[in-house]
Amino acid sequence: MVATQETIDKVKEVSSTYKYGFVTDLEAEKAPLGLSEDIVKFISHKKKEPKWLLDWRLKAYKKWLSMEAPNWAMVDFPKINFQDIYYYSAPKTKPKLNSLDEVDPELLRTYEKLGIPIKEQEVLAGVAVDYVFDSVSVATTFREKLAKEGIIFCPISEAVQSHPDLVKKYIGSVIPISDNYYAALNSAVFTDGSFVYIPKGVKCPMELSTYFRINEQNSGQFERTLIIAEDNTYVSYLEGCTAPQRDENQLHAAVVELVAMNNAEIKYSTVQNWYPGDKDGRGGIYNFVTKRGNCLGKKSKISWTQVETGSAITWKYPSCVLKGDDSVGEFYSVAVANNAQQADTGTKMIHIGKNTKSTIISKGISAGKAQNTYRGQVQIQKNAKGSRNFTQCDSLLIGDKCGAHTVPYINQFTPHARVEHEATTSKISEDQLFYCLQRGLDTEQATSLIVNGFCKEVMKELPMEFAVEAQKLIGISLEGSVG
Amino acid sequence: MSLLEIKNAKLKLDDKDILKGLSLSVNSGEVHAIMGPNGSGKSTLSYMLAGRDGYELESGEVFLEGQSLSDMEADERARSGLFLAFQYPVELPGVGGMSFLREAVNSRRKFLGEEELDHLAFVKEARKVASKMFVKDEMLKRAVNVGFSGGEKKRFEILQMAMLKPKVSILDETDSGLDVDALKIVSDGVNAQRNDENAIVVITHYQRLLDYIVPDFVHILSDGNIIKSGGPELALEVEKNGYAGLINAA
Repeated sequence: MVATQETIDKVKEVSSTYKYGFVTDLEAEKAPLGLSEDIVKFISHKKKEPKWLLDWRLKAYKKWLSMEAPNWAMVDFPKINFQDIYYYSAPKTKPKLNSLDEVDPELLRTYEKLGIPIKEQEVLAGVAVDYVFDSVSVATTFREKLAKEGIIFCPISEAVQSHPDLVKKYIGSVIPISDNYYAALNSAVFTDGSFVYIPKGVKCPMELSTYFRINEQNSGQFERTLIIAEDNTYVSYLEGCTAPQRDENQLHAAVVELVAMNNAEIKYSTVQNWYPGDKDGRGGIYNFVTKRGNCLGKKSKISWTQVETGSAITWKYPSCVLKGDDSVGEFYSVAVANNAQQADTGTKMIHIGKNTKSTIISKGISAGKAQNTYRGQVQIQKNAKGSRNFTQCDSLLIGDKCGAHTVPYINQFTPHARVEHEATTSKISEDQLFYCLQRGLDTEQATSLIVNGFCKEVMKELPMEFAVEAQKLIGISLEGSVG
Repeated sequence: MSLLEIKNAKLKLDDKDILKGLSLSVNSGEVHAIMGPNGSGKSTLSYMLAGRDGYELESGEVFLEGQSLSDMEADERARSGLFLAFQYPVELPGVGGMSFLREAVNSRRKFLGEEELDHLAFVKEARKVASKMFVKDEMLKRAVNVGFSGGEKKRFEILQMAMLKPKVSILDETDSGLDVDALKIVSDGVNAQRNDENAIVVITHYQRLLDYIVPDFVHILSDGNIIKSGGPELALEVEKNGYAGLINAA
């Protein structure tokens, strides 16, 4: 891959006196188009990163060059031109609007259905109002409270500066740069994300939500999150937002790494509602995410809960590596695919320690002409005696032009373990629909109710405030799919 | 004015004539029983009235409180005050009884221009009504009709009827699958709702139910038409002589 002339010029222009080849005070807000070693250097420099991180990024970049994009998923999209993407732009403010009157009415209609308060609607839609500052001050109070407990919760770029040892020790320890194509890409060019550190013995007193994280906006398309829970800790992390999110970047390739020590529990919940594109899938987001947790310690537990309704293409397998004896991995997932959406999602549970347990509950809902695939791997290593897995994959079809696929991989290398797999496929029956209609519910209400019933086992794993909005979201995502 | 008026209703299923010009008028405060042998068109009649897809009239018309139902979907009919207690209530896995009821009641209230009930107010009201129907709180927490016994399903139907306060209720074979004790509880629940403002149409195969829900009028349905109408004594005649005698006489 050859850097464009624009890139070369830009980098030459900025690299003169500084020891990494850059000057400190750059006026350029945006890296030139395309990807090259120089762009990786540019990003690292922009973020004033230490040399070890730059070297790490460069190694990832070289690795990425030698890799091929995966093609085993049941998704279909035109080849991505990686030279046609901007990899760095300085945090920018959203275009300020003067009032909600200037906001896309379609967006407002959805906010209203989700029951988002007016004030929040204004913030989400980027209306210039005073209480944007309120939300910053809320976030500040929030951080002070956490700091008192010794908890670190900040943008990862900030952690690189303030806690370099922790970042250096753990970044890439769960998902190595060579793990897969998109993880390598992310490692080379990630711009920001969250960093969470829970010191020994601390139970995090509140749900950590990206909503409250300063600098949340514009953490970019290559987000990187790292959560470390030391011995005897608990933390619940919420990611995403039910409000529809539009983004000018089509490709999103995030990496999330979790580390749980002895008796530590990490609960990671996601509601993903990126723009799915129009009815034919045009303009939707490609969401190619790598998420994995290491249960390093004894009796540690990592629980992934996800509600995926957005994106044109979802390629995502939040996984658990159960190294510690008696450790527990859980995966609860609802994936809704409507219209032309394609979702290939699932999990990997790798049992290494003795008496490790994993539970997989996956609910896939397909409507329109969408394709929804569950792909999961359960691997029981030789020494994982006494381990257990239970997997349940249920698919619900709405209409007759969509598809549901279940692709389980089970590798068991010891006879002293138990693996169970259940799978069902069903349709919303005409009887069910008529029963609801006869009670006065309209078709959309009825569909939402039946689908939410189908997903109940997963929804109850979501933190309360998330669950209510997520239920409405599922209804909205399926609007017009029945009748 | 009658609450429910069926005028010369004709309906085909798979090219077969099922309803052949049926007419019936039900006034407020009345309970009508429609009796008939298997295959006489009883369930078709109830689906047609409720507006199920595929059960549209070929000709004829139905009026609810003077308003024609022909252009109304099933949910609009329900919100307007038409209730069907199902012969086989449908299971809704994962859908909690309480939230289902609340959505239903609020849809009806919205239609009537009444304020929607919030969660607390609704739960209070539902518990009050449920206790009268011997429906335990625990049952309302379970998923709708999932794992319910035959008796529980029917009690839950009548509980919904009590909560929705319909103008016209159609009870389709409500006695099927009930033992005597359950039959009494369900019938008491129905009787408690009889008043001058509403009307009930009981569709049944056996006379047994009519010992508990005593009708003002009894109609015999045979081969898609009402062949005879009378008072409660007509049901006894069926019990004694069977349908065959009546059908032959007609």
